[in-house]
Amino acid sequence: MSVSIRTPLTFRDVPPGVGLEAALALKRPAVIATLRAADLRGRGGAGFPTATKWNLAAAAQSKTKYVVCNADEGEPGTFKDRVILNHFPDLVLDGMLIGGYAIGARKGLIYLRGEYTYLRAPLEGILARRRQERRLGRAILGKKGFDFDIEIRMGAGAYVCGEETALIESLEGQRGEPRNRPPFPVDTGFQDQPTIVNNVETLAWVACIFAKGADWFRALGTAKSRGLKIFSVTGDCERPGIYEYPMGLTVGELMQRVGGEGAKAVQIGGAAGRCVPAALFDRTIAFEDIPTGGSIIVFGPQRDMLQVAKNFMEFFVEESCGQCTPCRAGTRKLLGGLELLENGRCSIEYLSELCRLGESISLASKCGLGQSSPKAFLSIIRHFRDELLGRPAPATS
Amino acid sequence: MSVAPADDAPRAPLSQRVQSVRPQQVPGTLGATVTVTVDGQNLPVPLGTTILEAARQLGIRIPTLCYHEDLCVAGVCRICVVEVEGQATLQAACAYPITAPLVIQPHSRKVRRARRHILDLMLAEHYGDCYACFRNGNCELQSLAKEYGVDEFRFGHVTAPRYPVDRSSYAVVRDMNKCILCRRCVRTCIDLQEVGVLEAVGRGDRTRIATFLDKPLGEVVCINCGQCINRCPTGALRANDPTDEVWNAIDHPTRHVVIQTAPSPRAAIGECFGCEPGTALTFQLNTALRQCGFDRVFDTNFTADLTIIEEGTELLLRLRQALQDKQPVALPLFTSCSPGWVKYLEHFYPEMIPHLSSAKSPQQMFGAVIKTYYARMHDLDPAQIVTVALMPCSAKKFECNRPEMCSSGYKDIDYGLTTRELAQMIQEAGIHLPDLTPSDFDDPFGTATGSGVIFGATGGVMEAAIRSVIELVCGVRIESIFEHADVLPVRGFEGVKYAELDLPAIGPVPPLLAGLFTDWSWLAGARLKVGVCHGTANAHKVLEDIKAGGPFSQCHFIEFMACPGGCLGGGGQPIPTSPAIRAARARAIYAEDTAYEVRKSHENPAIARLYGEFFKDGPGSPLCHELLHTHYTPRGKYIV
Ligand SMILES: Cc1cc2nc3c(=O)[nH]c(=O)nc-3n(C[C@H](O)[C@H](O)[C@H](O)COP(=O)(O)O)c2cc1C
Ligand code: SF4
Ligand code: SF4
Ligand code: SF4
Ligand code: SF4
Ligand code: FES
Repeated sequence: MSVSIRTPLTFRDVPPGVGLEAALALKRPAVIATLRAADLRGRGGAGFPTATKWNLAAAAQSKTKYVVCNADEGEPGTFKDRVILNHFPDLVLDGMLIGGYAIGARKGLIYLRGEYTYLRAPLEGILARRRQERRLGRAILGKKGFDFDIEIRMGAGAYVCGEETALIESLEGQRGEPRNRPPFPVDTGFQDQPTIVNNVETLAWVACIFAKGADWFRALGTAKSRGLKIFSVTGDCERPGIYEYPMGLTVGELMQRVGGEGAKAVQIGGAAGRCVPAALFDRTIAFEDIPTGGSIIVFGPQRDMLQVAKNFMEFFVEESCGQCTPCRAGTRKLLGGLELLENGRCSIEYLSELCRLGESISLASKCGLGQSSPKAFLSIIRHFRDELLGRPAPATS
Repeated sequence: MSVAPADDAPRAPLSQRVQSVRPQQVPGTLGATVTVTVDGQNLPVPLGTTILEAARQLGIRIPTLCYHEDLCVAGVCRICVVEVEGQATLQAACAYPITAPLVIQPHSRKVRRARRHILDLMLAEHYGDCYACFRNGNCELQSLAKEYGVDEFRFGHVTAPRYPVDRSSYAVVRDMNKCILCRRCVRTCIDLQEVGVLEAVGRGDRTRIATFLDKPLGEVVCINCGQCINRCPTGALRANDPTDEVWNAIDHPTRHVVIQTAPSPRAAIGECFGCEPGTALTFQLNTALRQCGFDRVFDTNFTADLTIIEEGTELLLRLRQALQDKQPVALPLFTSCSPGWVKYLEHFYPEMIPHLSSAKSPQQMFGAVIKTYYARMHDLDPAQIVTVALMPCSAKKFECNRPEMCSSGYKDIDYGLTTRELAQMIQEAGIHLPDLTPSDFDDPFGTATGSGVIFGATGGVMEAAIRSVIELVCGVRIESIFEHADVLPVRGFEGVKYAELDLPAIGPVPPLLAGLFTDWSWLAGARLKVGVCHGTANAHKVLEDIKAGGPFSQCHFIEFMACPGGCLGGGGQPIPTSPAIRAARARAIYAEDTAYEVRKSHENPAIARLYGEFFKDGPGSPLCHELLHTHYTPRGKYIV
């Protein structure tokens, strides 16, 4: 399962422990203030400001709090968390410890994707080593009163369990179904206690920010999307693999670097993201423009966009947790529409109704899965209408 | 004194609950109120109030399907979505606790369109024909379709059933083709009843409600309480309906068809005819039943009184064994008149079966009396008698089919009808129940007492027992202790109640019990300790308390009812149900009690006659044991 790492990675320059030591030298509020200064936004996809999340958890009144590392990495086309956990696990663990210190938690949990079970043994080894180094356990790095330990829990292959509240349900041994929000995990999380859930990459950047300084991070990227981002690039391009760039580069720039200049479209943000046609390659990859958790899937000129759309819809039909009506039943209807299109039997009128249904699914679904499920469908219909419509009915045999 | 022995946390998964914000968790807002603006109207509400609650206070209707007042919030159907200003997506009003000032559009274009889409999707998945459905006219899905003007199936409609109908249970029929996956039944079964036989399985559009390993409902630990039926918004769950068989018996030339009516259905059946909840139609019902063709109409209260005598005698016998003979004996004694509760105990606490009173429920006692005493009295062939019981309960259907319930050689009760089913029969006979002239019950069981009536409400059996035991043992009038004979400490809807009562004096042994007791001296100075609970989740708490040696382990007598509110909230009662509806039914029941001349079971002259003429050796005698008592099956949780 070797993956090509195509650019130098900052994580290589940051030795384990440096960020952690720097953070523990600060008072707790100063830790959060540093993150705020760096203006780090979550790398799991939603881009929620990390300092704000941590501050809410720090302010929550409870003796017991938790730090959860979201290593469920279920988004189609992303594998950057796997690479990070494989090559730079200490940075992620440092990030969890800094989080624990900042919010006053003594326990961390890594929710590891079921398919990454092979990473478990090495990670357990690292946890054991860190306990000996006093980088886990009681009085971390000699700091009295700061005890913290980390446990690994395995996921079982459901995409929805990457959604933070479903993840927590799964951690508690329940069916992985998203909770009602509010209240949010920072208030009522794992075992009803304040909990921060952060992406693997977010936590690694936290360690880097304390090692290299908030100003270093802040100076990179755009005003609304600071810092660097790891991208997992796959599909019809010459050089698929892992890339690190500052936020805010254009889709076109990225295509040049990965050897995907001739692409007809790029899916940014995985199945939950949107499909960007070549005409819009001057758009930027940033939270304020086209956000992504890291998944970039390139579609060459020969790709049938109807099949692409169908593939994504099939994914959602399969992965919907089935809890709420719009997502459970709606994704099925959208897929049904694509099947009709395939057979040249979808009227324009019905297609418009399905697009309106897609908007309702986005608006009314309970969690991010349902809310983002029609995005690929809607963007492909919008940008590739001519390619999709008017297919001849298949010959009847 | 009230005790809540076990924790109160609901057991449904957290995702199924609204995690209401505890005020102290929002610093600086302790006990605060926030202002919410719904459709332009302002309302200050306590922190944590949901949008739905706020809208209801303002008289603004927001449609709901998965929400139910009795249950924790799920937030899954999404029909209640509203627009919250400043939020990109719509929010479920039922599941959104207000923690900051909010401006809400409950009916904006986006909202209306989303709701209609959600309805369209539900209907696309829903297989069922309204005119061939028992919920026709009383279905939440159907009425929403009307409310939102659904005039076509925009996203298609399933045209063939996807699931076989499960008719394996004596009590509950499951037709998952009509299920909209609101999960009210799941929450009812696990939260309200702590039984948990239903669960969502599968993912995406393969999600469905299933039993353990997809076993038929008749083979799992379902206690037949029917609470899930009462809360299902559609016709996916219904009771096993024997209406056709009952009509057949009525139409049969030689069958003598006898019906008994329990107090709870009488206080609720009006709801099926458009009356306000709490309208008692006891005597109009008698007229209707005769018009339908029943040969005799009896009052279950008669055997409720009989139950009190038999069960009270059993209690006194056990107390004597404990207090005078100092012999080990299973105390506290548990009531046994709720068949849902009995099955719950058989499944979940089989080791505690010795505590269960051996007295049959009033329904079954009546059947046994009718097919023996009554048959002999009227020179009828018991084989020609068909006994029907109008009950608020679906578990009664299971109970009357228990193999041990035929000690006379004939089935005690042939058919159990729910309130809903009988209302249907009455409608079918062209009768508008509320308009009828009242008429009395038939002799020889015509006379009943108020004590029998209150069996329908939680605490009622205990109150009836206390009225009789005190008078029979102490030789004083109960009114000298409780004004108007209202034993208030055991009344009310609190989930678990506990009461202690000093015996004020010791009287002579009354003639009825003279065969069993010579004196009450061993009861001198005793303090009677009793407990009452309703809903099997509360039964669970009490049983755990007993096992842990808590206050309930010291009780002498505990009343258990499987259904929330007692029988008046039974699984066969009119749909919908809510705390307010159950309270109204309770008021009707207690009002009926007050109206009776005789309000104590042991003063019922017909009971005295029954013992005088038939059970001549008195309560607890071998003949009583043969006909009026039963035994139980330790079922455990094993599934074959
Ligand atoms: C359906 C769904 C799947 C998700 N999967 C992941 C995932 O695999 N990994 C992840 O880090 N975040 C995932 N998220 C986002 C998380 O809910 C959450 O926002 C994130 O873990 C927060 O971390 P961050 O703020 O560090 O990005 C998913 C969200 C949804 C709605
Ligand atoms: S949106 Fe989909 S995944 Fe999310 S809760 Fe609803 S059914 Fe489950
Ligand atoms: S459940 Fe409701 S909508 Fe469905 S067939 Fe029955 S009445 Fe009609
Ligand atoms: S009848 Fe009662 S025990 Fe059986 S499934 Fe319904 S709620 Fe659960
Ligand atoms: S059976 Fe009824 S209550 Fe249960 S999920 Fe289906 S529609 Fe809801
Ligand atoms: S009633 Fe609110 S989501 Fe179902």
